[in-house]
Amino acid sequence: MSDTTAGLLQTGLLIAALAAAYRPLGTWMAKTYTDEKHWSAERVLYRCIGVDPDADQRWPVYARSLLAFSAVSLLALYVLQRVQQHLPLSLDFPGVVPDQAFNTAASFVTNTNWQSYSGEVTMSHLTQMAGLAVQNFVSAAVGMAVAVALVRGFMRSKTDRIGNFWVDLVRGCVRILLPMSVVAAIVLVALGAIQNLSAGTDATTLTEGFQRITGGPIASQEAIKEIGTNGGGPYNANSAHPFENPNALSNMFEIFLLLVIPVAFTRTFGLMVGDKRQGYAILGAMTALWALMVTIVTWAEVSARGTAYEAAGAAMEGKETRFGEWASALFAVSTTGTSTGSVNSFHDSYTSLGGGALILNMGFGEVAPGGVGAGLYGMLVLAILTVFIAGLMVGRTPEYLGRKIQAREIKLVALNILTMPALVLTGTAVALGLNKAVAGEVPKDSILNPGPHGLSEVLYAFMSAANNNGSAFAGISVNTEFYNIGLGFAMLLGRFIPIILVLALAGSLARQTPVPATAGTLPTHKPLFVGMLVGVVLIVAGLTFFPVLALGPLAEGL
Amino acid sequence: MASQILAAVRALAVLTVLLGLAYPLAITGVAQVAFNGNADGSLVERDGKVVGSDLIGQSYGDDATYFHGRPSAADYDPTASGATNLGPENDELIAAIEERRAAVGDHAPPDALLASGSGLDPHISPTYAELQVARVARERGLDEGVVRDLVEENTQGRTLGFLGEPRVNVLKLNLALDELSD
Repeated sequence: MSDTTAGLLQTGLLIAALAAAYRPLGTWMAKTYTDEKHWSAERVLYRCIGVDPDADQRWPVYARSLLAFSAVSLLALYVLQRVQQHLPLSLDFPGVVPDQAFNTAASFVTNTNWQSYSGEVTMSHLTQMAGLAVQNFVSAAVGMAVAVALVRGFMRSKTDRIGNFWVDLVRGCVRILLPMSVVAAIVLVALGAIQNLSAGTDATTLTEGFQRITGGPIASQEAIKEIGTNGGGPYNANSAHPFENPNALSNMFEIFLLLVIPVAFTRTFGLMVGDKRQGYAILGAMTALWALMVTIVTWAEVSARGTAYEAAGAAMEGKETRFGEWASALFAVSTTGTSTGSVNSFHDSYTSLGGGALILNMGFGEVAPGGVGAGLYGMLVLAILTVFIAGLMVGRTPEYLGRKIQAREIKLVALNILTMPALVLTGTAVALGLNKAVAGEVPKDSILNPGPHGLSEVLYAFMSAANNNGSAFAGISVNTEFYNIGLGFAMLLGRFIPIILVLALAGSLARQTPVPATAGTLPTHKPLFVGMLVGVVLIVAGLTFFPVLALGPLAEGL
Repeated sequence: MASQILAAVRALAVLTVLLGLAYPLAITGVAQVAFNGNADGSLVERDGKVVGSDLIGQSYGDDATYFHGRPSAADYDPTASGATNLGPENDELIAAIEERRAAVGDHAPPDALLASGSGLDPHISPTYAELQVARVARERGLDEGVVRDLVEENTQGRTLGFLGEPRVNVLKLNLALDELSD
């Protein structure tokens, strides 16, 4: 079978698997967030937390609960890393140093999972399980909660209540993420991933060398790391590591896992607003962008342009033999398009255009199809911008799902869309512009690859952080105070500013009285709208990032 | 706000017990009972001693009697997994390719010239294995056909016929060679 046929078949299998999961998972998630009844296990949790699960919150209260939970998580994860040497399963690792512990805490609380550390020699088994993996769950549940709160804004009218944060958090964990993770973790072990609490096994290699075969609770974390579109944790090599991703089948399974919730969430959205076609339209736009980027990156990697790859005959630097170019490119686009950031191959060594396309894929704002929850609310914000632009063209007050988009809504949308590029471009400019040492290091000196590729490394870092992706052009040495603290703040601001704006938008929409659709209303479930939405995503990202992409990947690749 | 913070502390505590302890420990229990070999790292023993893992490549230095794996940024040390991260126009990478080609031969396939992502890649392409058959056979005083048969036995096609790439597990192949030589 030719590479192309096999590559297309594996993409086809992925799409078929996602299509099969779309209906049951999307329906289940809609039921989860609209169910009037609480499970008895959940009631126990609410009693422990000390909240009334039937009390709906106004948006500022919802936001305060969310921020309080995230702040406590940030602090707890920081402390856990600092004192891990005194706790069980420490593997004799020392406490993590302050700036790196801050960076990692910010990274996991924001669902980014940027790793400035090397898991196998930094984080104890307990830190991995009870710290990092817990945030893999709850940060994902927080993202889903925000998306659901926004959708409630479209469902409800004449109310100031958008749901209860604690209920959304607990249900996301208990009814969705945990059951899926249990099944996925066991499947991953069956496929070869490891799951133990050992400190490692010493082996004597065939040439009488020493090799420490590492141990750890890997499969349990790998499962939620993909399902929750988190992307980080156990090993430095991430999902290229054979203990995380042992073979071609586990590879496809992991790509499926990281896409399945963001994809099925569009059905959840359609069901909750009472019109499934609205969900299909959003999914259509997401799929179009994803397919476009898969095509570009696969083409770039298979055609293997660039001096090194023309010399070697293929773009296999940083890629595993068992995956090859096709399965690597498919993973790379899916992980950068979902704000997951786990990698099965190293993006820094991608061809110039392939790597540039991955940067742009994040620059879309993580909406193709985006992180769990974050992808849906990101795309809905862009959908509102689309109806606004369409409204301007014909001189009508724009509406989306029966809600008028007026000054307050569009201000929130505009601020939301501007936040990420401001963080990315400012951060990149500061890092490249500083010629003085910060805490002993000049930020520019962290670059590994010289020339335009070095700009791409810095740009990728801030793009990944501000979009809460977590993957890297990993040649750059980011374990310095400048990057640990700078990227830490980029992650926090890139996560929580949009979240507050989206919750404010939800509150604003929920207060409205729906307007009936008329002959002049733009239908938002038709291909025309899907096309316009895709156009808006491409134009916003293109106008924002074309100059910097021209200086980095395009200058290198053309 | 104080009540929110209190609720947050309690929520994080109970969720940590559930998701950070009960979940991974339960999975560990199930994995250890149902898939013991996998869960422990697919360890390979010879004469009662652990010689490595099926899933993790090894360094063979310049020992010409063994098949060699791909170049590795980690030198196959599992506590230092990772890639070189060198870009497609990096002079260091371009020089390394030429150096490796000089060592391996003019017909070296890409996987012999380029380092893996994990630094622990247990596999090489069938082309790279074929390229090494003559050398290994010569060094071991074996018939090339015999060695080639072993390579074939340790070659996996694409999973289900279309997933991933055809590959040869280097450690398994070398163990089979040693067994043959004994």
